[in-house]
Amino acid sequence: MARILIIAEHLNGKLNSSTARCVTCAREIKPDAIDVLVLSEAPDSIAAEAAKIESVSKVLTVANPANAHALAAVCAPQIAAVAKNGYSHVFAPSTTFGKDLAPRVAALLGVAQVSDVMKANDAHTFQRPIYAGNAIVTVHAPADQILVATVRTASYPAAGNGANAAPIEAMNVSVELPTHTRFVELAQAKSDRPDLQSARRVVSGGRGVGSKENFAIIFQLADKLGAAVGASRAAVDAGYVPSDLQVGQTGKIIAPELYMAIGISGAIQHLTGIKDAGTIVAINKDGEAPIFEVADIGLVGDLFKLIPELEQALN
Amino acid sequence: MKILVGYKRVVDYNVRIQVKPDGSGVVSDGVKLSANPFDDIALEEALRLREKGIATEVIVATIGPADCQAHLRNGLAMGANRAIHVVTSDAIQPLTAARTLLKLIEKEQPQIVILGKQAIDDDCNQTGQMLAALWNRPQATFASKVDVTGNAVRVTREVDAGLETIEVDLPAVITTDLRLNEPRFIKLPDIMKAKSKPLETIEFAALAVESGDHLKTTNYAPPAKRSRGVMVKDAAELVAALKTKGLL
Ligand SMILES: Cc1cc2nc3c(=O)[nH]c(=O)nc-3n(C[C@H](O)[C@H](O)[C@H](O)COP(=O)(O)OP(=O)(O)OC[C@H]3O[C@@H](n4cnc5c(N)ncnc54)[C@H](O)[C@@H]3O)c2cc1C
Ligand SMILES: Cc1cc2nc3c(=O)[nH]c(=O)nc-3n(C[C@H](O)[C@H](O)[C@H](O)COP(=O)(O)OP(=O)(O)OC[C@H]3O[C@@H](n4cnc5c(N)ncnc54)[C@H](O)[C@@H]3O)c2cc1C
Repeated sequence: MARILIIAEHLNGKLNSSTARCVTCAREIKPDAIDVLVLSEAPDSIAAEAAKIESVSKVLTVANPANAHALAAVCAPQIAAVAKNGYSHVFAPSTTFGKDLAPRVAALLGVAQVSDVMKANDAHTFQRPIYAGNAIVTVHAPADQILVATVRTASYPAAGNGANAAPIEAMNVSVELPTHTRFVELAQAKSDRPDLQSARRVVSGGRGVGSKENFAIIFQLADKLGAAVGASRAAVDAGYVPSDLQVGQTGKIIAPELYMAIGISGAIQHLTGIKDAGTIVAINKDGEAPIFEVADIGLVGDLFKLIPELEQALN
Repeated sequence: MKILVGYKRVVDYNVRIQVKPDGSGVVSDGVKLSANPFDDIALEEALRLREKGIATEVIVATIGPADCQAHLRNGLAMGANRAIHVVTSDAIQPLTAARTLLKLIEKEQPQIVILGKQAIDDDCNQTGQMLAALWNRPQATFASKVDVTGNAVRVTREVDAGLETIEVDLPAVITTDLRLNEPRFIKLPDIMKAKSKPLETIEFAALAVESGDHLKTTNYAPPAKRSRGVMVKDAAELVAALKTKGLL
């Protein structure tokens, strides 16, 4: 009997769509229950959002001031304790939140973890990428252990939040919580643009953009399209944009309907982050750039000439 | 204070990985092997902490087959004081790697353990977090800045929402992100010097680690291929193509 516990990801009192993506992955297993666990200082509004997600059986909340920030060392023992209440699976999204947290839970439970699930063949057999997505392996986990996994969010659409009204249950978890880890601050770029990880359209710039000032041209095009902005590692390393915009093996893995790569050569580590995109558009002055091998629509030329023309054509 | 660095050997990041036609693995014969890039960054950070006078000794450790010695010598040439090689011909999984590193921690009593956030072969991104859990100590993952002050360390972490700063008490586990530092190049005289630095070998079996290799990999497949699409000649054609696809 499969009972899946999904760890809700949230920030500033809002549920992240990665949680509903985990639900879609959980549904592939056809489990008997999909419960969502919300650890927070004030979980009520987050739990209310989670309860609306289709297929969620129950939402569990643990309210505790110690849960004000998602510190893995604090959350993990609580999750391990809840998981032992008859759950067969613990899922978290493979966002930085889940990547930080899930292995700590797995180690406390003494079990292995399957990272970046992109398909569940059955309750204990999964597909996941290795070598920056250059190979896909089929992994079998033992059925007699709790299975901890992170879900590759780009592989799953978010489950709908239709008519469901799952019951919400407040829990008390009595485990000792460490004080050796303290939150100091979160520096978040304020932006009205769509979120990179869930945006339908993304415009990304690379080293070819040339400078921080020049990047304005990328932001402008993105705004015109209502798109989120992304970047290659080279652009981030050069300081053109902050690190949270990096797309790729070691940045964000995304699956927008439209991805525009501008002044990006198409290194394998970058392509890993976009291979689930619906349509890839590449603009590059080098017709031999590897990005054209995967682009659905390619345009060779100087970005500084082509982008203004593109904006014109969009009018 | 001592710093222990996880120093794993992986297929070089420039190698284009090929899946074997029978699905039994990836082609590894003759491919170039290098230190995991995140582990070079881990070692560099440890060396900088030693140069600042915060650490006194830097130990690189690897768990891997007998021919990992040359790889560890590179770590010594970069500047580590000594190396530990836990010898196993088996491909161990993260939980086992964490349990093994815990044995080394018990033996060496480091104040800081620095690992890569992920190894670029299996991309698991697990070992550091598992190790911290088993050790019952803090973890500061995906570090892009590390400030040691007395008995605590402030770490800036690259998270999806931006840059998060946390403070953790020592001893602790830190895992590195790419922008933490730029690793130094190894100079020829250092390679000579490294030959005489201590390199301890421990048989994996001698550590009596409980295996955590619970996962079985049965098939390797190449990823679904994206194929080359169409080329357009100007911005107007691009807009038209996007409209045809219903994207505008
Ligand atoms: C362990 C590891 C992890 C990595 N992780 C990531 C990752 O997560 N994400 C990532 O992106 N990279 C990652 N990388 C780096 C990756 O290998 C590449 O170095 C990087 O993606 C290159 O970025 P780029 O395409 O912007 O730059 P370049 O490769 O320098 O390409 C710039 C492109 O811009 C074009 N160009 C220049 N001027 C113009 C112009 N005026 N008009 C039009 N085109 C122009 C050029 O023709 C060129 O193709 C990683 C590398 C390693 C080793
Ligand atoms: C020939 C070969 C065949 C393999 N076949 C398989 C297979 O069939 N199935 C499979 O699951 N795995 C296989 N592996 C990989 C092996 O299982 C991985 O080392 C293990 O899964 C750890 O995963 P990771 O390195 O991605 O961990 P991560 O958690 O991504 O590693 C993070 C960090 O932990 C530290 N670390 C991890 N491992 C070591 C180590 N050994 N020594 C020192 N530091 C370390 C490093 O600092 C590293 O940066 C194979 C490896 C080889 C060489």
